[in-house]
Amino acid sequence: MISLAVASLVIFFVIEVAPGDPASFMLGLNAQPDTVAALRSELGLDQSKFARYASWVSGMLRGDFGTSYTYRTPVAGMISDRLWVSLPLALYALALSTLIAFPAGIYAAARRGKTGDMAVMGATQLGVAVPNFWFAMMLVLIFAINLRWFNAGGFVGWDKGLLTGLHSLTLPAISLALPQAAILARVMRSALLDILGEDFMRTARAKGLSRRQALWRHGLRNALIPVLTIIGLQFSFLLAGAIIIEQVFYLPGLGRLVFQAISARDLIVVESVVMLLVFAVITVNFLVDLAYALVDPRLRSRT
Amino acid sequence: MSRNLIIGGLLSLLVVLAALVSFIWTPFDHAIMDIPNKLQTPNATHWLGTDHFGRDIFSMIMVGARTSIAVALVAVGIGMSIGIPLGLTAAALNGSWLDELIMRGNDLVFAFPSLVIAILITAIFGAGAVNAIIAIGIFNIPVFARITRGAALTLWQREFILAARVAGKGAARISTEHILPNVANLLIVQGTIQFSLGILAEAGLSYVGLGAQPPTPSWGRMLADAQTMVSFAPHLALIPGTAIILTVLGLNLMGDGLRDWLDPKLRVART
Repeated sequence: MISLAVASLVIFFVIEVAPGDPASFMLGLNAQPDTVAALRSELGLDQSKFARYASWVSGMLRGDFGTSYTYRTPVAGMISDRLWVSLPLALYALALSTLIAFPAGIYAAARRGKTGDMAVMGATQLGVAVPNFWFAMMLVLIFAINLRWFNAGGFVGWDKGLLTGLHSLTLPAISLALPQAAILARVMRSALLDILGEDFMRTARAKGLSRRQALWRHGLRNALIPVLTIIGLQFSFLLAGAIIIEQVFYLPGLGRLVFQAISARDLIVVESVVMLLVFAVITVNFLVDLAYALVDPRLRSRT
Repeated sequence: MSRNLIIGGLLSLLVVLAALVSFIWTPFDHAIMDIPNKLQTPNATHWLGTDHFGRDIFSMIMVGARTSIAVALVAVGIGMSIGIPLGLTAAALNGSWLDELIMRGNDLVFAFPSLVIAILITAIFGAGAVNAIIAIGIFNIPVFARITRGAALTLWQREFILAARVAGKGAARISTEHILPNVANLLIVQGTIQFSLGILAEAGLSYVGLGAQPPTPSWGRMLADAQTMVSFAPHLALIPGTAIILTVLGLNLMGDGLRDWLDPKLRVART
């Protein structure tokens, strides 16, 4: 809560020091001073900084993000439209990344030091080094231009059906997911390897469980703590990464909105989107803390 | 020395050499346009082909290495020079309000992904290499502060620190004379990791137009230019992409190798 309040202060005042008055920017170089003044008062720019900050924050608490300077439509509506692209994309990517990373990490840990482990670790080393937007371009080249399995860009919209919508988000989601999956697989592997050395794992083997049974029943659950931490951290990277990937695929998401808003000096939109991203990151980290307690009963009493 | 360290070191050295050599020699002038010879695939004259303006890609890659290295290096420098003192202070004053303030501040910065910081900075000051450096640098500060504090906290429990206190040294002297040298290895390893992340971040920022501006060549912008031509000139995208991957791969391998070489105790599976 406090972090959110401080973050909102930082965002607001950092953007407020931005050179360039939105009103004179919107009206062009030849605008009359009194027209500019009229627009300034219409946008509320003539009020003091503190009054504007107060109205911005109290508005956000009520779900009212203000009115866009350039489009004259409520920012909340603009954001929620875009969120319907960006959020599913980030979640889709998160799901893919987990689906790839868990089996890969478990496989590598179970075959520590053998060829399979080396192959997975080599692949992750490469996966970490690949920029996701470049990977996205290569996917477009192969699967959209040459094989024509997917569209090279754009988003069909959810009204065409869930599967069609997901289909057009598949290439972006894969390109977001793979580099993250590489990191996650490494974390999964090393967390499992740490657990495999623990006494209770030896006990589990001693009471007659096979290596595989011990790994699934006792190892995995204990390895989830560091893995969850990383998943939480990755969510913020996925949201931010989505901003770049949206540019590659011309997706009408939050990233596009923010870039348009920056070039139009539509400060209120920039502020609101950034605030939303920070809010998402803080919320996810909070959820991860809650998830710890679910996974590890030992942490319940402490929190 | 491990295989990782050798391969990683050689790759990194190659990139640094390319950047350094580009100051005195490139096969062609990277900015000279030669429209009749545009979009050539790699050949004997243009080793890596030419782009849509007929500029020599090999020369652009060499000069682009400068941008990548400069941005990432300065960003790591910012992160280290602010983050390490913060971490040392927080550890020395463990439990005090200052420690709390520094760590909460860290959490706050962590809530802003580096790209979001970059967007904020660009919204204020406009796009450019310097602003990319600041954005990536700010993101590096909490990384180094956390690592320094974490490692320093365990060191403060050790007996040689107690000995130093008995000898009458103050917290500041202990931090610089005893704690810092003992966490240096860790920081160097983290430095190479952040360096490689910085290269990736710089590429991403210049790809979306928030990084180095024309005519300064940068790998990210070469990719952005290549995007519309990827169907008929894939080498335009393949070459800068490969340059980024090899650089980041080299730095990561070097980081792994360095850690094993500097401190066998830290030999854990890299995350």
